[in-house]
Amino acid sequence: MGGLLLSIGILSLSIGSSGVSFKRIIPLMFEGKGTTEYTILFDVRLSRIILGFAVGGALSLAGVILQGMFRNPLVEPYTLGISGGAALGVCLNIVFRLHQTFGIFTLPLFGFLGANLVILLVYSLSIRRGILRIQGLLLTGVMISFIASSLIMLMMAVSRVEDLHGIVFWIMGSLEEPNWFLIKLVVFVSILGLIISYVFCVDLNAFSLGEEEALHLGINIERTKRLLFIIASLLTGCSVSVAGIIGFVGLVVPHFVRMLVGGDHRILLISSFLCGAGFLIFCDTLARTIISPMELPVGVITGILGGSLFVYALAKGQTVLGGR
Amino acid sequence: MLEIKDLTCGYDSKFALQDINFRIDLGEVVGIIGPNGSGKTTLIRAITHVLKPKQGEVFFEGKNIGQMKFKELAKSIAVVSQSLEVVFLTVEEFVLLGRIPHFRKMQFWETKKDLEVARRCMTLTDTIKLKGQLMTEMSGGERQLVLIARALIQEPKLLLLDEPTAHLDINHQVRILDLIKRLNKEFGLTVIVVMHDLNLASQYCDRLILLNNGFIHKAGPPQEVLTYKIIEEVYKTVVVVGENPISSKPYVFLVSEEERQKRGRPG
Repeated sequence: MGGLLLSIGILSLSIGSSGVSFKRIIPLMFEGKGTTEYTILFDVRLSRIILGFAVGGALSLAGVILQGMFRNPLVEPYTLGISGGAALGVCLNIVFRLHQTFGIFTLPLFGFLGANLVILLVYSLSIRRGILRIQGLLLTGVMISFIASSLIMLMMAVSRVEDLHGIVFWIMGSLEEPNWFLIKLVVFVSILGLIISYVFCVDLNAFSLGEEEALHLGINIERTKRLLFIIASLLTGCSVSVAGIIGFVGLVVPHFVRMLVGGDHRILLISSFLCGAGFLIFCDTLARTIISPMELPVGVITGILGGSLFVYALAKGQTVLGGR
Repeated sequence: MLEIKDLTCGYDSKFALQDINFRIDLGEVVGIIGPNGSGKTTLIRAITHVLKPKQGEVFFEGKNIGQMKFKELAKSIAVVSQSLEVVFLTVEEFVLLGRIPHFRKMQFWETKKDLEVARRCMTLTDTIKLKGQLMTEMSGGERQLVLIARALIQEPKLLLLDEPTAHLDINHQVRILDLIKRLNKEFGLTVIVVMHDLNLASQYCDRLILLNNGFIHKAGPPQEVLTYKIIEEVYKTVVVVGENPISSKPYVFLVSEEERQKRGRPG
């Protein structure tokens, strides 16, 4: 799986509106900076590939974590409203131009705050007398998602023209990010998320039996749930703030990886991360080559590819993860 | 080994169990019987501390279970519940989940010992031949055996079962209860089993606890609990209690309305 990811990465590095052949990649590394080809390869394309790796991995990971906790293949950052909350936070930031006054780091910060706020809201609304109700949680999440997107539209309607284009393109999802600080941050967060969530892989396996059974197996379910919630919102908040809402990655990637490797989270977490990374890099390569020299938002590609794959899988009647 | 003192607990403001007092000694097989909604499953949930008591305490080997760590509890008490969760795992993977309480911190994979215990428990429950198959392909009886294997792999001292024979044919009913009896005899496992079938309960349990509306109505050996007076009072059903000709345990016969009318007619 790692090899596949690497080859997708290299392929993506060499494909683009101005082709640089495979063989040129290695020599270019040694020729160093200065050439146009070097700039295209390592400043423009490599940064996108690295960001694609981090965001794709983070979103898939968030999807696996949420699906594992709720034993429902339909939950992911988007359906729980976490993406929406993060987007709203970032939108506020853009409209009030906070990132220009206080520095670029406020973008992911607002994304994370938005995501976290939604999580807290959904969580507290779904808790009745100390017990988390999963059905209520899902419904609340979807509703908050609607509210968030309406508020974003409201902001777009009243915002200045020069902000509008930025918001629209960012919301559609793009891996183009000239700021290396943000790229590094997302890479850091996604790998940190992978490490922390891996500590809980056994707990997630126990959760697949249901919460009560997990408790019978000695899992401190409330603490685990809360921690995993925070990780999921951190992963989503950072991804959304940098790359916009890229839907379906967290839904489709884990679904198909599960078909390949089964439901064991000790394998599932890592393989979903890698597959998600590869999937997003692949989609981004498509997005920037398909109508080259113009570019599509990568969210469009993941939406079409992911959505149709999902419908196909449903139509074939494959039930994975409890398949309720 | 298990002692329940003045236990009152329930969901929300409703009390599902009230003033429950009993103790269970090492090596007993105790059946919990009672009509639907009498609090049988709630009692199981209280013993495993899924449901926190509103009043009273549950002691396991002298320790209050409310103060025991989740893991410690899971190493002592295993539960076979009426789980309907469909899990996309092979039988072996599923059974191995029961080993989680024995995992050390930062241990992600089973050790040789874990696999050895798994093999032993699956041989004991006769599920070793199924180990590569998916849980979704199991029949009701096989599923129950796999669930018992998963509970045994926890190496518990006390095994709780919630209606292990529900929806099973007589072959599987007897197989499962024989297995439980064997575990009790050969390994000294203490067992609490919730049962609906009074005759199976009578046959396999040393002692019965009859619940009604959240109270203990009667507790004792089957001969004392399964009398027509008590059964008719609790279940509001006309019965005749006879004797099982083979085991000489009490046997509850149901009486249909037609028969009742025939016999009830004067003359």
